[in-house]
Amino acid sequence: MEFPFLSIITLSPIAAAIIILMLPKERGENARMLALAAMIIGLILSAYVYFSYNANLPVAGTLWANTLQFTEEHAWIPSIGINYSLGVDGLSATLVFLTAIVGVGGTLISWGIEDRPREFFAFFMLLVAGVHGVFVAVDAFLLFFFYELAVLPMYVMIVIWGWKERREYAAMKLTLYLLIGSFFSFIAFLVLYFQLPEPTFDLRVWAEADFSTSLQIAWFLPLFLGFAVLAGTFPFHNWSPDGHVAAPTAVSMIHAGVLMKLGAYASMRVGIQILPEGTVYWMPFIILLTLINVVYGSLIAMRQRDMKYLIGYSSVSHMGLVAMGFAAMNMNGFIGAGVQMVSHGVMTALFFSVVGMMYDRAHTRNMDELSGMSKVLPWGAVAFIIGGLVSMGMPGLSGFVAEFPIFLGVWEGNGLSLTGTAFALNPANFYRWVAIISAPAIVITAAYILRAVSKVFFGDYDEHKWHDMRPIRAIDKVTLVGFVVILIIIGVYPQIIVPMVQSGMEPVVARLQEAQQAFTILDTVQVGAHNLLGVAQSLLHLLGGA
Amino acid sequence: MSGEPTLSWYLALAPEIALAILLVAIQVYSRTLPSTEQRKVGLMTAWGALIILLGTLGLWLIGGEPGSQSDLAQTLMWGGMIRHDMITLVFRVIFLAALMTTSLISLDVVRLQKIEYYALLITATMGFSLMAASADLIMLYVALEMASISSYVLAGFAKGDDRSAEAGMKYFVYGAFATGLMLYGMSLLYGITTTNTTYAGTNLYGLGEIVLNSQPLSPEANGVLLIAAALIIVGFGFKISAVPFHFWTPDVYEGSPTPFTAFVSTASKAAGFAVFMRVFTSGMVGFTPGSLGEPGQSTAWWPMLVSMCIITMTIGNFAAIYQRNIKRMLAYSSIAQAGYAMIGLVTLTPDGSGAVMFYLLMYVFTNVAAFGVIVIISNVSKSNEMEDLYGLNKRSPYLALVMLFALLSLGGIPPTAGFVGKFFIFKAAVDAGYWWLALVGILNAFVALYYYLNVVKYMYLYDSDQQEVAIPVSRGAWVGLGVSTVAIIVLGIYAGPAFEWTREAAAAFFSLVGG
Repeated sequence: MEFPFLSIITLSPIAAAIIILMLPKERGENARMLALAAMIIGLILSAYVYFSYNANLPVAGTLWANTLQFTEEHAWIPSIGINYSLGVDGLSATLVFLTAIVGVGGTLISWGIEDRPREFFAFFMLLVAGVHGVFVAVDAFLLFFFYELAVLPMYVMIVIWGWKERREYAAMKLTLYLLIGSFFSFIAFLVLYFQLPEPTFDLRVWAEADFSTSLQIAWFLPLFLGFAVLAGTFPFHNWSPDGHVAAPTAVSMIHAGVLMKLGAYASMRVGIQILPEGTVYWMPFIILLTLINVVYGSLIAMRQRDMKYLIGYSSVSHMGLVAMGFAAMNMNGFIGAGVQMVSHGVMTALFFSVVGMMYDRAHTRNMDELSGMSKVLPWGAVAFIIGGLVSMGMPGLSGFVAEFPIFLGVWEGNGLSLTGTAFALNPANFYRWVAIISAPAIVITAAYILRAVSKVFFGDYDEHKWHDMRPIRAIDKVTLVGFVVILIIIGVYPQIIVPMVQSGMEPVVARLQEAQQAFTILDTVQVGAHNLLGVAQSLLHLLGGA
Repeated sequence: MSGEPTLSWYLALAPEIALAILLVAIQVYSRTLPSTEQRKVGLMTAWGALIILLGTLGLWLIGGEPGSQSDLAQTLMWGGMIRHDMITLVFRVIFLAALMTTSLISLDVVRLQKIEYYALLITATMGFSLMAASADLIMLYVALEMASISSYVLAGFAKGDDRSAEAGMKYFVYGAFATGLMLYGMSLLYGITTTNTTYAGTNLYGLGEIVLNSQPLSPEANGVLLIAAALIIVGFGFKISAVPFHFWTPDVYEGSPTPFTAFVSTASKAAGFAVFMRVFTSGMVGFTPGSLGEPGQSTAWWPMLVSMCIITMTIGNFAAIYQRNIKRMLAYSSIAQAGYAMIGLVTLTPDGSGAVMFYLLMYVFTNVAAFGVIVIISNVSKSNEMEDLYGLNKRSPYLALVMLFALLSLGGIPPTAGFVGKFFIFKAAVDAGYWWLALVGILNAFVALYYYLNVVKYMYLYDSDQQEVAIPVSRGAWVGLGVSTVAIIVLGIYAGPAFEWTREAAAAFFSLVGG
């Protein structure tokens, strides 16, 4: 048997959590050492997985099953086709690595936590384990299992260690939003499960399954949007800024940095990959939602005075770009979306750690009150500015590598007639208009980032008001530098990540292209049909016949 | 089956016989102890339950009793009074586990340190166990009464406490009335069938045979059958506290001694489901094997059950939100949980029934853990309000952790057994084509999550004014809570074997229909 890399990456935080909970109360400070140890084990192993993943494997048409490496397989509930099976493709290897990085960063940022450190780190470990688990799961049941496992610690951590004014409200809102979303996906999944010739939860079988078109159209929205809730897709984004604001720094980092990617990843892996025809049918509609995400998110961010709300809405806007990349339904869009997940993950983790440091010292996040912070927090200021440049999509940084292909992909469009789909506009220009309307979001982003930078970090520094500003610790500097280096490396040398992401996206895009060809044939049958009526019919069909 | 009793006939009743011996043994043991040390009776009951539980499992694993063969003639024993099959085994395990854990969490409640309490727990367990095994209306009724009468007394056990007296009285009046209606339904069924069958005229499968062989029934007969089914549903609905027969639940749960609340909410409910499934799959109310998965078309009572199921979930959950008494909240939550389990019931498939059995099994551990924590806390606080749970995490982190796992399991979040339990149920529903029913169940699960998470918030976030008051936990209680918590987690992570086991058992419900 091979060395179980993925199991150890996923389960070592859980083991750490159990040990931490068993520590006696007076040795609470050992908790953070244990947590850090588990995170570093995860980081080393996931770095190995990432760099030794053979991304050259897939050529066009490779099945998803064949792109999986480091696979592990054990029977779990065999009679109904549930297995403990793990594996990574290029994309998930990247995201696992990202999670490990943010996990280490989050642990370091929380080093000084004083209120119940044992519980804090135990729940934090569970959260990280849940996120890892979703990325490496090749079995749908396992995926749901870890997905739910990741949501719960969020609740507890926000409620206990969150920002006092909003935490109860935000935590409950976040939990209910995410769980309700995931269970819609879950129902859709179960319905499809019984349509398989041999029901199994193995996603590799699902990735090659061929469901009837009416079934795909009927169930795509619940399956995709259920997970997309976690990616902050409009109109289900509302939990996200509140959650960001209320969460303690480390949780905000994981939350915006990784957890939202988990939604995007799952909606892509489960939603798009399984139901390509449903995707082709609904995407012209979904892309409008993502357009609202991108533009509306950045406009709202413009109005925020609270730094965390600013970053929260900016996350909504940036995650909208990820979904928009998916909606482009071509390779450029998907690559952009994949890189954006990583770039945004690191960038937001960076933002939240800087804001957290500032809040710890100044006890406010209000931009109107803060000013001249670069005098006391020079490291934080530099890091924040670099993060801001990434956010604006400045060439030479990772944001550009991510956003440029997305816009390129959307501009290309899917190159096909869209008349048979959910949103039958003039097909030739529809996607281009989306690209044109969404592009100003970059400008708006630049506006709010620059305004925040100038207000908070520059201007007059009031010695009396900020009397207890202590300099940041060495650990914090390490974290910040680590994040900045990643952003720069990706920007300067995109080859380090693009082939990985591409190899992960290849099977999905191949399936989408196949579905598009099938759809043009369908169009001739369906032209003029009222599409929503068609959905209603297929739903009725399901009600009666399934 | 007629004929001379053979060894397997006695083996079929071995757990009940052993319980009767335990009953006598604790009486004797209690007499030898001074009145200050009656607590040990509880320990002995727990040990006894554990030994019987292991013995029952051993008999199955090593002795092959009950066998997995599902031949009616081989499983019907004692003149067709009981059926000794895997279903019986699964439910016996559920009841014995409930008895054991309940005894453990009862240990430190001073007013329950009496021989009568444990004796009644044991007789109730015997009653439940025989209910699950019964294959005859007479046997079913006698077993049900045996369990019920013990339960009525237990509910009113705290003498001098008005609420407990009220609980006992209420439970008794409701119970007697519901059982009376059920009996009337049974007599209607008996009345429209002849007695000319292999087994006695009250045997479930004998009745089932008659009803199925005389298809299609005349409209009159169908009408009587529907009325009979409705009346029987009243009786069973009372047992599982399904809406609209749930009104006793919150009051009885609140007033009864808390350990007994744990017992009645798990074992009694499981027994209710056992007879529910036995009777409605026996064919005697018109369910035919050909109608698997589409019973709506063949039986008039099916829509009745489905609407009961939906209403039960919804009312249970929405009422629970507003409760400030933790026991009342868990009472409404247990109503809602019965609703989820009913989803599995109404699918009328082996998968669905297996899922119900798994659900009930995990529910025993979950609810006993939750109530166990409450027992321990109210030993100190002498009340059952939500405020007692405030700041529990700081007062006693491990108790808070046990409660957290119990609540997660009730809410259906991994890595707990509640997640897989719900998963199996919803899966069975979707499999049978009722994805809308699963959807209702899932939406309900989120309403439920709201009030479960609120309790988590109270435990972890709020501060108590009793912060300094220590919460003593005895070793016996730790074992009870520990066993339950470990079972919640193990069933949640490694659910495979247990689920295969209940699923295999559930096949026996259906393999014999009509034949």
